[in-house]
Amino acid sequence: MFDLDLWREIFQSMNKNRTRSLLSGFTVAFAILLFTILIGIANGLGNTFQEGFADDAINAIFINTGRTTKAYDGMQAGRRIQLKNEDFDYINDEYEDKIQYSTVRIFKNVNASYKGEKSNYSVRAVNPDHQFLEKSIMEDGRYISQLDIQNKSKFIVIGKLVEEDLFLSTESALGAYINLSGIQYKVVGVFSDDGNDNEERIIYMPASTAQLLYGNNDYIDSITLGYNPDLSVDEAIAFSNKLTKRLKDRFSVAPTDQSAVRVNNMALQNKGVSQLQFGLGVIILVIGLGTLIAGIVGISNIMIFIVKERTKEIGIRKALGAPPRKIVALILIESIFITAIAGYLGLVLGVAILEWANPMLEDYFIKEAGVSTNIVVSATIVLVLAGSFAGYLPAKKASRIKPIVALRND
Amino acid sequence: MLKISQLHKSYPIGDSSLHVLKGIDLEVESGEMVAIMGSSGSGKSTLLNIIGILDEADSGEYTLDGVEIKNLNEKKAAIYRNKFLGFIFQSFNLINYKNALENVALPLYYQGLKRKERQEKGKFHLKKVGLLDWAHHLPSELSGGQKQRVAIARALAAEPKLLLADEPTGALDTTTSYEIMEFLQQLNDEGKTILIVTHEEDIAEMCKRIVRLRDGVIMEDKRVNQVRASQYV
Repeated sequence: MFDLDLWREIFQSMNKNRTRSLLSGFTVAFAILLFTILIGIANGLGNTFQEGFADDAINAIFINTGRTTKAYDGMQAGRRIQLKNEDFDYINDEYEDKIQYSTVRIFKNVNASYKGEKSNYSVRAVNPDHQFLEKSIMEDGRYISQLDIQNKSKFIVIGKLVEEDLFLSTESALGAYINLSGIQYKVVGVFSDDGNDNEERIIYMPASTAQLLYGNNDYIDSITLGYNPDLSVDEAIAFSNKLTKRLKDRFSVAPTDQSAVRVNNMALQNKGVSQLQFGLGVIILVIGLGTLIAGIVGISNIMIFIVKERTKEIGIRKALGAPPRKIVALILIESIFITAIAGYLGLVLGVAILEWANPMLEDYFIKEAGVSTNIVVSATIVLVLAGSFAGYLPAKKASRIKPIVALRND
Repeated sequence: MLKISQLHKSYPIGDSSLHVLKGIDLEVESGEMVAIMGSSGSGKSTLLNIIGILDEADSGEYTLDGVEIKNLNEKKAAIYRNKFLGFIFQSFNLINYKNALENVALPLYYQGLKRKERQEKGKFHLKKVGLLDWAHHLPSELSGGQKQRVAIARALAAEPKLLLADEPTGALDTTTSYEIMEFLQQLNDEGKTILIVTHEEDIAEMCKRIVRLRDGVIMEDKRVNQVRASQYV
């Protein structure tokens, strides 16, 4: 129930004791300010970490092959292991339920020319899933499709910088024909990438087209998989370990051979990064909570002092017939009110400082430092709880004041 | 109005205890004006505190306006204090950040009256003590006599059955003391029951009955011819 008179009493007492109210408010505001800035910086550091690995899908597994380094199963060391289409199909059939995306990769270098403009580019011949594994963002047109793979179409998807180089930003590349080392390809899409600029100087074509035109074989340079995101990090690592073993068996490679079949699982890297982030989060949370607790203790202290100072007043109120409940409400609500308002000011100030300092912080690997709505809402709830917690003991103490004791020392 | 029998009270002092009230029997009728006298340590303030439900007796019976006051929880005690009793203190005990009117209206807040009603009643009682013009002054802007009159208005505001005054003139000079006593006599003439704790003979003489305490027992209980304070003012 909203008790207007009680609020009037509380506002009167706060208004008449401004220094006291401001001091206790300042303690809380400062604590929340520090808390907000710490959390904001932690988030900023987290963002930087995430950014560093955002170029590729976080669930990617890269499979590469090379020469054997150990003799095994009657074969000499130095044998070259070549991935083929059948290996790609084998992996997909065998681990269908563990794989979300899969693509082959074939690397070529080409001289590209369009009208008068010429340049050198890397070509990756891939499957449609490659778009998701590399996180290519379509700016224009479409990516390589399954139909292109079947038809071995001479279609290409080019990076934004390729378009800028060859088309000089004067016309759209879409639908144009580019000459790649003597063969004409039609541009069906233009993409961008959050990674570094080199990613946008790449040309993609259907894997089958590259196999047909450059060597007429079924060779594959590497395979990239995206494991099922339902798998936990540990399950994903177990999966890639099993896959490595199966592939080594398949190619008769020694189990200890580290170079012939190489499987790189991003999960392993991610695990390290997320552990680091978690550790950082814990440290910042501990410091932040410590600050918050210091704030709560601060206001609790001030409230105890206030109760001491108001002992006589409380005694008078009780002699005039104030029930204990109303005394508790008087102290408690004042505490909650000061905490909530001051805390909120601290929060707003903290967010403002983060916003203002953001551009400067980027030099220190802190990117887009800030707090989410979630944190703001929960911080507000924490504030009200903190206020009640800080005010409860003093309020209880106040309600236990005996009027004769309070009025005795004249 | 008020009936006390075989009232005992002791306070622990270290390991032993101090027996302050040793079997008090007292009966006060409606409309009486009683002075409770005694030197310090005689137990007069303790008796007033028990009558005022600010303290509880160890044993004995206490009936106030037909209600037995016994084993009250804090909430009940607060309600009874608010409904039955008006307090006047030696040091006035006004709340220093509230103006005269707000101080007078405070017991009405705890009675649960609406703001408008509180203001009206508060003004009525301030007028009664002749301080309506000072309604919006803080206690620090009032003289001692004025403060005590605000305190009396506050005690009256809740329309209590019994006014309890603990050395009401203790902090005032003689002239002001007699003014206050004159006012209390007026209230008594209107039918209010008043209990005054004092150690000043002249103040006691202005009541209708004097109860003398010594070492926790009633030594003397006599009716006196009231000296009207108006003749000194």
